[in-house]
Amino acid sequence: MSEHADTPGGTSIDRRIPSALADLFQEVILDHYRRPRNKGSLEAPTHTVTMNNPLCGDVIELSISVRGDRIDEVRYEGRGCSISQAAVSMMTERLKGARLGEARALSAKFTRLLHGEEALQRDEKLGDLRALAGVSKFPVRIKCALLGFNCLDELIGEPAAGKREPETGPGEQR
Amino acid sequence: MVAPPYDIEAVRRDFPILEQKVNGQPLVYLDSAASSQRPRAVIDAIRRHYETSHANVHRGAHELSVRATEAYEDARTCVAAHIGAEDTAEIVFVRGTTEAINLVAGSLGKARIGSGDEILLTKMEHHSNIVPWQLLAERTGATLRFVDVSPEGRLVLDDYGRMLSERTRLVGVTHVSNSLGVINPVREIAALAHEAGALCLVDGAQAAPHLALDMGALGCDFYAFSGHKMCGPTGIGVLWARRAILEEMPPYQGGGEMIASVTLDGSTWAEVPHKFEAGTPNIAGAVGLGAAIRYLDGIGLDAIRRYETELTGYALERLGEIEGLRIYGPTDGRVGVLSFTYLDVHAHDLATILDQRGIAIRAGHHCNQPLMEHLGIDATARASLYLYNTPQEVDALCEALHLAGELFCRRV
Repeated sequence: MSEHADTPGGTSIDRRIPSALADLFQEVILDHYRRPRNKGSLEAPTHTVTMNNPLCGDVIELSISVRGDRIDEVRYEGRGCSISQAAVSMMTERLKGARLGEARALSAKFTRLLHGEEALQRDEKLGDLRALAGVSKFPVRIKCALLGFNCLDELIGEPAAGKREPETGPGEQR
Repeated sequence: MVAPPYDIEAVRRDFPILEQKVNGQPLVYLDSAASSQRPRAVIDAIRRHYETSHANVHRGAHELSVRATEAYEDARTCVAAHIGAEDTAEIVFVRGTTEAINLVAGSLGKARIGSGDEILLTKMEHHSNIVPWQLLAERTGATLRFVDVSPEGRLVLDDYGRMLSERTRLVGVTHVSNSLGVINPVREIAALAHEAGALCLVDGAQAAPHLALDMGALGCDFYAFSGHKMCGPTGIGVLWARRAILEEMPPYQGGGEMIASVTLDGSTWAEVPHKFEAGTPNIAGAVGLGAAIRYLDGIGLDAIRRYETELTGYALERLGEIEGLRIYGPTDGRVGVLSFTYLDVHAHDLATILDQRGIAIRAGHHCNQPLMEHLGIDATARASLYLYNTPQEVDALCEALHLAGELFCRRV
């Protein structure tokens, strides 16, 4: 990742901002956060699920329409931090038209990316999701990035082999 | 700011944890409303207890047990004096505020609250002063009602006049809001409750660390607080209640320590407060809490309050200068619990950014989901101040917020 806080987009960030932060909040992530793709609901989804992160209140409702073994349409509604909302927006871009097997593989790959598998940063199948590689340096935020994929896993069944279980947050504190 | 009423640098040196760097930056700890830090006096008192005096209490016939019992009961006396309790028997040691409220809901609920009765709470209560009553309502058929919160973040006191009735059995209210920082007029509320024939329970978790307390003057019937928010250990807290009420209430948990005698046909209960302390208590925790109270009293709650009021005023002023930042809660009659939102940067993203600058804040709903819903937000960032925080730390917070703003307002 970048030595200085210069992001791939080319904007020079104040040097007081640690590079890990500039990597975490990349412009493409802020773009999906502010201009979400495929946000809304489907008229006649074949599958819908709502999941939340009770620790922080982030919530995502994912709806998909499956025809045969392909995901025809996908939409989500959600509220929460930039990481959870950008990740689900990016995810929906990769899901449209994907076979169920491809969608499961995507989920497994993304989880590995978040756990620091660097080679996946060059995997084009992940699309914009690659911008979330910086989350691996912030373990407490991994569950944010996975919320949308947790919904997907819930909808389309068994996770592919090698996929780690999503982290669950600790209980409430005052 | 005017000169502080005590030596802040000396106080900071009393807290070993503050002398460290986090993510390469000096630690700026602004999360004391979640849990405060401990001075060396507390850490040493706990260590000394384990090194020299530990045994079980109230039952041994040997020297160490005598010492441990004396230390445990001495802590009770210390708490009683600190909060102006008339009688040390009115101090029940519990795990924390949550257990104290569950104790009252569990015990009093059984004895006094039934179908058709009402419990009057407020919309700014912490989950720990809502959920125990919801469980009680499920068991008994009682109804919960909630006093409203004004846009400024204060209780709508007129609601008490409207909602109190002969059906109201208990009024529960937080002394200080853990999200808004507002100090509620609990004395007035307790008087209104009593006029209606109801008991009054006050959640003091966020008040006890900051305010000098006098149970006689406050006029409530139950007061609950936690040790770990006032420089003491985790796992120890206090339920204060009037002796006559405690004597009337049935036990909360059964076990050793809380009985007078046990036969296979039945048992009789120990005198209060022991009737409510089943099992081996958190002895070292009580010793640590006693040390924490002595430490705070050494500085003086009034001096701490004066300093924190100054510091909170400074923080409100500095944060108020930041464009796009919105603070929740009133500007006066409050403590230094500062909940805010900033631009469209989500509270969790703010917390991550500030953490990279060594600044610890809390993000989320703060166990205040009904209040957040009422305010129409999902989450806030919360910076909370305590006796060891400084204006320089407030400056560091503001500077880091500017960085967060720059980071999120890049050309995208």
